[in-house]
Parts: sequence; structure tokens; C-alpha cells
Amino acid sequence: MKGFLRRTWPLHLMLLPAVVLQFLFGYLPLGGLVIAFKDYKPYDGIWGSAWVGFKQFKFMFEYPDSKQVIINTALIAGLKIIFNIVVPFCFALLLNEVRRNSFKRTVQTLVYLPYFISWVFLGGILTDMLSSDGIINSLLQNWFGIEPILFLGNGIWFRVIVVISDVWQQFGFGTIVYLAALAGVNPSLYEAAEVDGATRWKQTINVTIPSLAPIVIVVGTLAIGNILNAGFDQIFNLYNPLVYDKGDIIDTFVYRTGILNGQYSFGTAVGIFKSVVGFVLIVIGYRIAYKLADYKIF
Amino acid sequence: MYHKTTGYRVFSVFNYLFLIIAGLLCILPIIHILAVSFSASAPANAHLVGLWPVGFNFDSYTKTMNNPNFSRAFVISLIRTVLGTAITMSVITLAGYVLSKDSSVLKSRNIYAWYFVFTMLFTGGIIPSYIIVRNLHLMNTIWALVLPGAVQVFNMILLMNFFKATPKELEEAALIDGAGHFTILFRVYLPLAMPAVATMSLFSIVGNWNAWFDGLLYINNYRNYPLATFLQTIIVQQDFSKLNPDVNELKNISQRTVKAAQIFIGILPVLLVYPYLQKYFVKGIVLGAVKE
Repeated sequence: MKGFLRRTWPLHLMLLPAVVLQFLFGYLPLGGLVIAFKDYKPYDGIWGSAWVGFKQFKFMFEYPDSKQVIINTALIAGLKIIFNIVVPFCFALLLNEVRRNSFKRTVQTLVYLPYFISWVFLGGILTDMLSSDGIINSLLQNWFGIEPILFLGNGIWFRVIVVISDVWQQFGFGTIVYLAALAGVNPSLYEAAEVDGATRWKQTINVTIPSLAPIVIVVGTLAIGNILNAGFDQIFNLYNPLVYDKGDIIDTFVYRTGILNGQYSFGTAVGIFKSVVGFVLIVIGYRIAYKLADYKIF
Repeated sequence: MYHKTTGYRVFSVFNYLFLIIAGLLCILPIIHILAVSFSASAPANAHLVGLWPVGFNFDSYTKTMNNPNFSRAFVISLIRTVLGTAITMSVITLAGYVLSKDSSVLKSRNIYAWYFVFTMLFTGGIIPSYIIVRNLHLMNTIWALVLPGAVQVFNMILLMNFFKATPKELEEAALIDGAGHFTILFRVYLPLAMPAVATMSLFSIVGNWNAWFDGLLYINNYRNYPLATFLQTIIVQQDFSKLNPDVNELKNISQRTVKAAQIFIGILPVLLVYPYLQKYFVKGIVLGAVKE
């Protein structure tokens, strides 16, 4: 045993920084979750505060705002999941028809870019462009004579903008996976189809789409776990009190009630609800992906 | 064959057009903000600027650079990015190397692996994290920005897989020459894993530069805000209450052209590293996403 440790101590030493950091910022907060079952007062500390059992959770389900927040979250996230699969998929199919490689690369470079820009800056650009006298509204007015629309001040428009701008930011990046899968399709399948006289459209329907089906199933089922992740960064940088009723999602709600209003225990309880639902859905999605497409993580 | 049919040719033309439009849509907002930033304030405030500056000048940039709050936030962001990337890369390289070993070399290897993977599945969420950072007395320090997110488990696993692919003969040869684990990592593994290390460093640079929420959460004094957090409060939240009630400064900040300049300076570092990033990340993503 001693000789064994003598040989492996450098390995343990190498792991030490990661282990310590992960303990402090990964595991200690897990312990902090007990405050969801307490009435946490910063002055009394985590252990000094009184136990209240499931009071915070009961409160969450009775509180009318939280129902609306859960609906908003699932609706926005659901729409994002659907469009973030469909749009990159179609885009990859179209890009795949391009045979000029320099053109293909240029388009890819352009469409990946928004993914790397923070929602702080994108939010700043969008709120400017979408304001009542912003460039979008002036174009609409000059070209089509449409009266200015309060894109970010109207709940329904807000949801539309949130979904569209999210797809805009992400579709280029999402395309990568499908392009890679397209490159892996066996060329002899196309050759055979061509010998049989299939048009390009027929080849797409009968060869390309069936070949990509497994990867679409994997991406789709694994995305189910994100049904309560509607995108904190984006919403927080686009919303305002006018659209809280239609645009508030669990994460922004937790930040406002939990941190800004100091209701730490309640906010944590809502956060736990989100994590548990998310985890259950990840496991279910993983099972389905494994059954339908034989997908394994490790 | 199908390339020559009229139907396919028509499709091709529309396809090229559509792809060009899609590509442009992704950068036009950035070009618009750049045009606004170089315009005179009158046409900009009247929303007369499209994709080309009207009344070209550098005023907004001089004003932005002369704003001490902005330049201080910029420097803090630079420090945070360098420090954060250095910490993340050292920690995940060391740990990724160890985890790439077989459990016959390190018996506790699987225990360590699960220790890290578990935190990908369960997290405490923002409130418990906030309480921990406060209890560790890290509030209002740069450590609150760089330490909590330092261990990026997903990147660590990617590095581990890269290390695993390194030929074992190289390591054995080094062992025979009497090299220890640190020498093997730095002399044998790291030089071969440079593409992976470069990708992850660039991701970390962009991530640290773009991060804003932790600043809002863990820093109470706007004077210590990193740039993204600083701009979040003044551009997005339009909350000037945290700044000096200096009338001149408020007047500058609320100008559209100055805002545009601040946004553009904010994304400039990302635009600069993007060409290098883009070269590598496709491989990295595909490696993580598609399995045969």
C-alpha cells in the first residue's frame, strides 16, 4: 500500500485543485439546498434558521404567479426546442446542396458568429433595433406602412421575439451536428438511388432524411430535459416589467423573488422543483434515445 | 444527371440566395451597431442610420474611452479573462490527465470521475451558490468571478478523451527514461493535445469575457464590475443609479452613438478571437456530439 501511494501521489496531487474547487462550489451549494425546507434568515445562518418542512413548496403551488411562470417557461422552452431542431436541420440540408466549398465555409462563418456574443450585447442591439422608433419599425413603416409595434412591450410579441432571436443566435451552431452527420452518409446509397433514376428531391426524402433520423431523435429526446430551461440570459436582457406576466420564467422569477426580494428559502424551493423535474426528464429522454436510436453517453 | 435538370438549377439559384440572406441576417445587426457608433448623434438619434455611418466621426469612441468607469471595467474584464482562463486550463488539464489513466494505474480513478460527473447532473442553483460565496467572504473580489465556474467538467472530459488517444508507447518510453507524471504531462501529452487545449482556452476566454451575471450577483460595488456586467446595468437595465450622479456622464451614456460604441467595444475581443476559435471548434463539437 505504501509503495502504491509512493507511485500515485503525484496523480492525487494533480487532482487536488479540481477536487477542492468542486467541493467548495459544486458540493457545498448542494448542502445549501436545505434552506428550501427552512425559513432562512441570513443573520441566523443556514443551520440556525428554523425548519418549516414543505411550507415553501406548498406556497409555490398556491402562489398564482408561480403557475403562470411555469406555463411561460414550458411554453417558451418548448417552442425553442422545436425550432432549434427544425431550423438547423433544414439549414444543414440546404447548405449540403452547395458544392462550392469556399461559399459553404463563408456562410458557416457568418451564421456561427452570433452564438459567441453575450446576450448582454445582443440584448442591447435588439432592444435598440426593436424599439418603437428603431430601425425595424421604421423599415416596416416605410415599406409596408405598418404602425410601430411595441415588440418588447407586448407579452405575445415578446414571446415571439424571444423564440425568433434565440433561434437566430443558435441555428448556425446547431447546424454543425447535422452537417457532420450528413458527411457520414454512405455515398453508395446516393449512387444506387441515382442509378434507379431518383431525382435530388427523391434522394433527400428516401436517403438523406432516413439517415439523419437517429441523430434527430437523439438531439430531440435529450432536449426534453431542458423544458424548464427557457434561457435566463436572453430573457433577463430583453424583458421589462411590462411583459412580466407573459415573459417571466422560472430562473428570472427565482432571481427576482429569491435574491432581489431576499426570499432565499422560497427561491431555492422553486429552484429545486426545476432541477428535479429537469433531472427526471433528462433520464426519461435518455432512455427514449437509447431505445429508439441506441444512444449511449459513455 | 440531377445537377443538369432545370428544376435543380432553379432550386440552386434560390438556395444560394437564401443562404446568402441567412448569412447576412446574422451579421447585419452588428454592422448596424457599428454604423451607429461612427455616426453623428443627430442622425443616429433620429434613426436615420442603416448600415453605413451618417456624419462619420470618432466622438463616441473618444467619449467611451475617456469614461473612467468604462475603462476600469474593461481592465477588470481583461484581468478576469486572463486569470479565469489560466485557472480553468491548469485545473482541467491536470485533472483530465489523471482521469485519462486506467483504473489499474490509479485505483480511485472511477470514484474521482463520478465525483466530477455528479455535479453536471445536480447543482445547487443560484441562491445556495450565492450564500456559499458570501460565507466564504469572496463577495466583491475577483475570486468570486473566476473560482466558482473554474472546473468545467465537460471540457475536462473532452481533454481526458484527447489524452486517452495519445499512444501509450510514448508514455512508456518516457517512464523508462525516468520521467515522473508531471514531466510526462508537460513534455509528452500537452504538446500533442495542443489543438484541444487551444479550443478550450478560446472557449474559456470568450466565456469569461462574456460573463455578466456573476458580476451582478457577487459584486455590490459598480466600481468593481467587469465590462459585461457594467454594460448590462447601463445599456440593458438603463440603471444609472449605481453610477456617480454626474450629469455630464449621464448625458454621454444615454446617447445612442455612445451606447453603440460601448456595445461594439464589448464584442470586439470576441470578434478578434473568433477566426481562431472557429477553425477548431467544429471538430470539438462533433467529437462531443456524434458517436459512431
